[in-house]
Amino acid sequence: MPITRGFTGRGRPERPDRLPPGQYDTGSSWPTLTAEATPSLSQEQWEQEWRMSVDGLVESPQSWSWREIHALPGSTYFGDIHCVTTWSKFDMTFTGVSVDTLLEAARPRPEAAFVLAHSTTGYTTNLPLADVTGGKAWVVWEVDGKPLPRGHGGPVRLLVPHLYFWKSAKWVTRLELLDRDRPGFWEQNGYHDRGDPWLEQRYQGDP
Amino acid sequence: MTGPAPAGGWTTGTIIELDRPTDRLVRARLHVDDRVDHLPGQHYVVRLRAPDGYTAQRSYSVASDPDDPLLELMVECLPGGEVSGFLHDVAEVGDVLELRGPIGGWFVWEGDVPAVCVAGGSGVVPIVAMARYAHRLGLQERLRIVAVARTWDELPYAAELQRYGAFLALTRENLGDRVAAPPYPSEMEPLVAGASRAYVCGSVGFASFATRLLEDAGVATDAIRVEQFGETG
Repeated sequence: MPITRGFTGRGRPERPDRLPPGQYDTGSSWPTLTAEATPSLSQEQWEQEWRMSVDGLVESPQSWSWREIHALPGSTYFGDIHCVTTWSKFDMTFTGVSVDTLLEAARPRPEAAFVLAHSTTGYTTNLPLADVTGGKAWVVWEVDGKPLPRGHGGPVRLLVPHLYFWKSAKWVTRLELLDRDRPGFWEQNGYHDRGDPWLEQRYQGDP
Repeated sequence: MTGPAPAGGWTTGTIIELDRPTDRLVRARLHVDDRVDHLPGQHYVVRLRAPDGYTAQRSYSVASDPDDPLLELMVECLPGGEVSGFLHDVAEVGDVLELRGPIGGWFVWEGDVPAVCVAGGSGVVPIVAMARYAHRLGLQERLRIVAVARTWDELPYAAELQRYGAFLALTRENLGDRVAAPPYPSEMEPLVAGASRAYVCGSVGFASFATRLLEDAGVATDAIRVEQFGETG
């Protein structure tokens, strides 16, 4: 591809080892992107009505209320996140529960190989089961020690930080285990089925 | 939509026309090699490449009608914006840029359903593509447009949108008989009547304002498609 005449760039990243190809460090800001209207439920309504379910190809479908999920053993992620719109943000702390904990209770059947995450808004995103097991994925409600803001998917979102951030479904309410890959919302609209930022899997057709 | 939206891989484009309508906007019209025709509302990625291989890339909505032989991008110059700043300060006619597109199958309008659009500032760009498409095909009745900006000068394509019959709401200066103000619910009601889909495009703050405005006017939350940009800090 051609070099762009007159372009030198604004400076190289201080930690290139932490920045996947085509990404830049957004520093202290945290952009928000959504495709649908942000839910307007109050925190109180949310705590009364929201449930987190794990179902589909599992031995024992599970569902937790706001209070019940908070009573599970907690888990924290400390590290970086990467958005397909090319920003990355370093050293974030998210707290919630590991998806492993939820799956241990639901016990995936042997044929389960994929997960479709569902949000209260109808948003969906698909993931290989292997990408949400083994300490790689969380359901979180705190960021940097504070409740997760509504615009960033609060009160509760999925967190899969090793993949582009559209996989970390905001306002998550259900994980559906499947034996085959079923494209989610952005995946039906031109985005990659897996979304590994280090392989730059942004759009359908990327290797 | 009857199938997946068109999608194009990496290619190159040559800047054929370039102008700066205001000191914060740059409009580039490009000839795209091996172009895949877009749908109104889709976007392209622009990638800049330095001699040492360093790259920076950003997404920009397409302003042109799919029928236009050139691809038109209208880019707002953001403070410290690495790509928008280059396009504004350095780019010239004849420059070749890496492009990828079209991309996106959600924020598109093909004229198939009656729709209302609420756009703020440079958020009008994808709506302009929809308006041009509607105008060419005689589908204006199916597309109502509300464009909001502080001033006339801060609204890209203001005169063209006005010509198409868009409702312009300026919040910091009067426009004709209309005193500066955001859109009133009474102004929204006739525009949302009969619309089965809504498109919202603008900054994060604007998107949340426009979504509420539409919901208050009776638009179902799940009929609203949002494209927002910018940062919340």
